Amino acid sequence: MELIKELWKFMKARKKFWLLPILVFALLLGGLVVFAEGSALAPFIYTLF
Amino acid sequence: MVILGISAFYHDSAAAIVNGEHIIAAAQEERFTRIKHDSAFPINAVNYCLKEAGLSLDDVDNVVFFEKPFIKFERLLETYVSFAPRGFQSFRSALPLWIKEKLFQKKIIREAMHHLGSEYDWESKLKFSEHHLSHAASAFYPSPFEEAIVLTLDGVGEWVTTSMAIGRGNSLEIVKEIHFPHSLGLLYSAFTYYTGFRVNSGEYKVMGLAPYGEPKYKDLILKHIIDVKDDGSYRLDQTYFNYCTGLTMTNDKFADLFGRPARVPEQELEQFHMDIAASVQAVTEEIVLKLGRSLAEETGIKNICLAGGVALNCVANGKLERSGYFDNVWIQPAAGDAGGALGAAQAIAHLHHDLPRTVNTSDNMQGGYLGCRFEDDQIRASLNSLGATYSEHSSSTEMINAAAAALENEQVVGWFQGRMEFGPRALGGRSILGDPRSPKMQKNLNLKIKYRESFRPFAPSILAERVNDYFELNGPSPYMLLVDAVQDNKRLTMTEEQNALFGIQKLNIPRSQIPSVTHVDYSARIQTVHAETNPLYHQLISQFDKLTSCPLVVNTSFNVRGEPIVCTPEDAFNCFMGTEMDVLAIGNFTLRKEEQDESLKRDYKNKFDLD
Repeated sequence: MELIKELWKFMKARKKFWLLPILVFALLLGGLVVFAEGSALAPFIYTLF
Repeated sequence: MVILGISAFYHDSAAAIVNGEHIIAAAQEERFTRIKHDSAFPINAVNYCLKEAGLSLDDVDNVVFFEKPFIKFERLLETYVSFAPRGFQSFRSALPLWIKEKLFQKKIIREAMHHLGSEYDWESKLKFSEHHLSHAASAFYPSPFEEAIVLTLDGVGEWVTTSMAIGRGNSLEIVKEIHFPHSLGLLYSAFTYYTGFRVNSGEYKVMGLAPYGEPKYKDLILKHIIDVKDDGSYRLDQTYFNYCTGLTMTNDKFADLFGRPARVPEQELEQFHMDIAASVQAVTEEIVLKLGRSLAEETGIKNICLAGGVALNCVANGKLERSGYFDNVWIQPAAGDAGGALGAAQAIAHLHHDLPRTVNTSDNMQGGYLGCRFEDDQIRASLNSLGATYSEHSSSTEMINAAAAALENEQVVGWFQGRMEFGPRALGGRSILGDPRSPKMQKNLNLKIKYRESFRPFAPSILAERVNDYFELNGPSPYMLLVDAVQDNKRLTMTEEQNALFGIQKLNIPRSQIPSVTHVDYSARIQTVHAETNPLYHQLISQFDKLTSCPLVVNTSFNVRGEPIVCTPEDAFNCFMGTEMDVLAIGNFTLRKEEQDESLKRDYKNKFDLD
């Protein structure tokens, strides 16, 4: 819940509400992958991520 | 006002603590966990900083993280959206890490430090700086300048890859930025990947390889890959890269441009790879010089401070220093992300709390010696528990005499004295030392002690007051971040046959009176040693000079390839026993290899993953 509040505050501050649907999609997809695989490994080029 | 800065979760996690303007301590997490470039939350470094300061978390006014994770996530999402549907595989790989960890950094920080103070008011005291502001602050605030241009160059922070700021008094204002995906750091990393070295740690190998090659591909790079304007601003042609959408740095089009696929790590290095290294190095230098020139012309300011990973490119730094665009160049010794911890703390102190800044012409970084130290009682207890055989000297002068005599006899000396360095360079706190006059020292150190590639050069530590006797450098270089040429009168004349040699063959020809620290292009990565910041090391080199009339030693970090620099007496003893080092000078104790119990020798060569 705290994360959702902070993300909302962040979008307001950055005026990037268009990110909302992408964010929801990303959170759902990411959650699914974590749930399915049970691990989260950094990709090869970790500078970017 | 006490502020604790933290950098973490990407590479080189670190913590730093400041009290007002005074830097109390700073250290990288890798030194404690013994995992090179450790990216975990730096709880050991935090504990050390608080212990060194003699404070508890409750005494800390602010805890500051060095960047803003949400803006980084924004960049990630926007990048994927702009390239979609390409890059789905990379997107899918990156997301879980964000969902599990990176979006919850506030919570992770709070939980990791909970045991240090359960009542700490995280809501008001935890702050987030910006990546390049942290770098810029780490470069400007400790510098000896009232006013300076501050140039930061790295792979990428939130969005910014290159920033230009003006520092005046306690203010620091960013005036220009270049944004992702256009990045000089990522360009260098792309070539690091292409030449078969590891991204984020192999860049300095590319820099070391460059003098063996010719910059044959510089024009090709400038024509196709990067468009550089007169003011040093640049754009990368993304069709040659894969880092926005894939899991490698470069793509087939990049390989086709140079006519060969990327080198597989540990495969033989050929002249082609050296020429590629020379070419990207030349492009990097051109950009740094153009940026420097345009900033000097625009602002009329004669001081420049540098930070960010690219500022560890000491060859480019040396050229900027010699360019004459500036009267003074100052580079943050922990220029990479570790230094962001210090910069974040200083940015909050001066910019958020408006702490006035006193310009101090002595070294505010205290020579870079900001890490842990061990008293003789602690060292004796460690050595006893390890079963070491040692000589205890009654004074530091006696210990220094023993170490200098060993160096004179071409022995390799492990030097563990005083506080550990902050940043990637060993500066005479945790160093391995040798005789620079010895023609076989470079090869021996590389193959028998460091277990690393034979082409890699070593650096000299020279008495600051004698630097001009051996090198063309005129000013100080206390952090080993400037490369300059060996003086003509110290060089050896090459025969025509020797001059005609190519690539690695050049390595075996002594080029000067100090061959083990003279690179194939007669350059050296110089550290000037100052009696004010490291009196013991200064005294050692002075004693070596008395014995040999040579006021410098070879200085390389106290570790083997893939190992973090040693932190404790135990780490130092393990490294000593795992390599062919001859002598260990630690506190007021010296250890000789031949006197140690054979059963204490370790297989060290294969202990660490290659970097």
